[in-house]
Amino acid sequence: MSLQQLSERVREHFAAGFVKAVEWRGDLAITVTRDTLHEVAQFLRDDPAMDFDYIVHVSSVDWPDDEERFEVVYEFYSIRKRHRIRLKTRVPESDCVVDSLTDLWKGADFMEREVYDMMGIRFRRHPDLRRILMPDDYTEGYPLRKDFPLRGKGWRDTFEFLDETTR
Amino acid sequence: MAFEDQRTTVYKVDPAHPESETLPTLRTEELLLNMGPQHPSTHGVLKVILELEGERLVKSTPVMGFLHRGVEKLAEEGTYHQFIPHTDRLDYVCAMYNNFAYCRAVEKLMNITVPDRAEYLRTIVAEVQRIIGHQFWLGTQALDIGAMTVFFYCFRDREILLDWFDELCGARLTTSWYRIGGVERDFTPSLFAKLKQFLDYFPSKIDEYVVFLEKNRIWLARTKGVAVISAEDAVNFGLSGPTLRGSGVDYDLRKAEPYSAYPKCEFSVPLGKNGDTYDRYWIRVMELYESVKIVKQCLEQIQDGPIMADVPSVTLPPKERVFTNLESMIQQFKLFSQGFDAPPGEIYCGTEAHKGELGFYIVSTGGGKPYRLKIRAPSFIHMGAFDHMSRGYMIADAITLFGTYDIVMGECDR
Repeated sequence: MSLQQLSERVREHFAAGFVKAVEWRGDLAITVTRDTLHEVAQFLRDDPAMDFDYIVHVSSVDWPDDEERFEVVYEFYSIRKRHRIRLKTRVPESDCVVDSLTDLWKGADFMEREVYDMMGIRFRRHPDLRRILMPDDYTEGYPLRKDFPLRGKGWRDTFEFLDETTR
Repeated sequence: MAFEDQRTTVYKVDPAHPESETLPTLRTEELLLNMGPQHPSTHGVLKVILELEGERLVKSTPVMGFLHRGVEKLAEEGTYHQFIPHTDRLDYVCAMYNNFAYCRAVEKLMNITVPDRAEYLRTIVAEVQRIIGHQFWLGTQALDIGAMTVFFYCFRDREILLDWFDELCGARLTTSWYRIGGVERDFTPSLFAKLKQFLDYFPSKIDEYVVFLEKNRIWLARTKGVAVISAEDAVNFGLSGPTLRGSGVDYDLRKAEPYSAYPKCEFSVPLGKNGDTYDRYWIRVMELYESVKIVKQCLEQIQDGPIMADVPSVTLPPKERVFTNLESMIQQFKLFSQGFDAPPGEIYCGTEAHKGELGFYIVSTGGGKPYRLKIRAPSFIHMGAFDHMSRGYMIADAITLFGTYDIVMGECDR
């Protein structure tokens, strides 16, 4: 099935939740609304023509200037059909909650935890939504957000750096 | 009942305190055990909280992030070329393959075709790196399980290849030899000769490693039927590489989405049947033979030609010209400090590293720096299945599990 047919098939089944499909450099990325994300994902996994049984990665992108600030990105692959798809959805900062896909792909568990840890997006019905790479008691925010400075926040900012010229 | 009789003879119930009857019963609550972070067989700094019932694992919770360095954040602050040395530090055991995966992703973003000779050189080095990775894995896995000799044999042969890397690019582990659009420098005749010599020498050495293990009762008892995962679960968890193929799933990106010089080489992808630790071991040993085959074919087929794509706005000028030619020096300086202008868009590119699918997801909004760079690290995703695969096994099998994933924490925590 070509990428064009793949996106057409998703559009047919989810006309209301379908936002856009972009095909670039041989990758197909489909954006859907947040409410239909779980349904679309289930369709991608269970539909025999789609058959996306393999979860590749879960990622997130921060677009601070947009109204719906965060983008959650899922990438799926079909081992039998040998095709790939990227499923995306947008959430606003005030309510950054997405339905978890851990009930469909068990591998999404750690990947979604990482997205929560790094970008602060919460996943509804996730079995164990805790920080994974940062310490459990880390309170200085979410490191991969664009407003998080490269050198970190909190106590590191209070260091008094020696001024080389005065020595 | 015999047990009851024994108990009443040992513990007599005091009539004044009837509640004391409950005292001598066995306590059967679960025991929590912290394994790591400073445990030699966790291959880095990883902590796992084990819930034990006797010696059986009831639940295990990996606690990661001790080696988290914010590599993805760092990528957003540097140019595409500047990120190459950072990728060495992901999986520091197999730096070449990380460079390869990253360069391929950027080439896909920039739509660059790499010249033929460079593709062959890349494939040769990538497969040499796979041999090193599997040797390292075999040595340490056997050491963890209790077969020490294999470790010395593997590391003896690994040294030869690391010295070969040293001659190729001046570094043994953190190599940075791949460049966007090609490779940093060509092989010298001495490198070709040494590699050919190694290929003649090596296959008999693989047989040697195997002899130590195939009839070792401890090795067999600790790998056969341990940490079994079904094909369905392995796919559902997103496992990749030998960990997935051990369960019999035919998924190898070198075959599924052929890249570099792999489509021009003949090789097979070994598949397991039982999905246990032994099958995953067997697959990696078979891949050693396959890697030798691939390198041999590449050495036969390789032709003279350029080693860098000719796209001056993206690829680096040859090093010897940088030191003698003003324009080349300016070009190199600008490419490293300002970067090249990437088109807006997003790509994902996965590469079959020896641990599994190492992928880079790059979002570009134009300009010289990636807007977002996400690394799909196989070690991290394999740890997601740790709890599932460890349940019901003995506490010592947790060690086997770390080994069978071939986990490297630098990649897992990024």
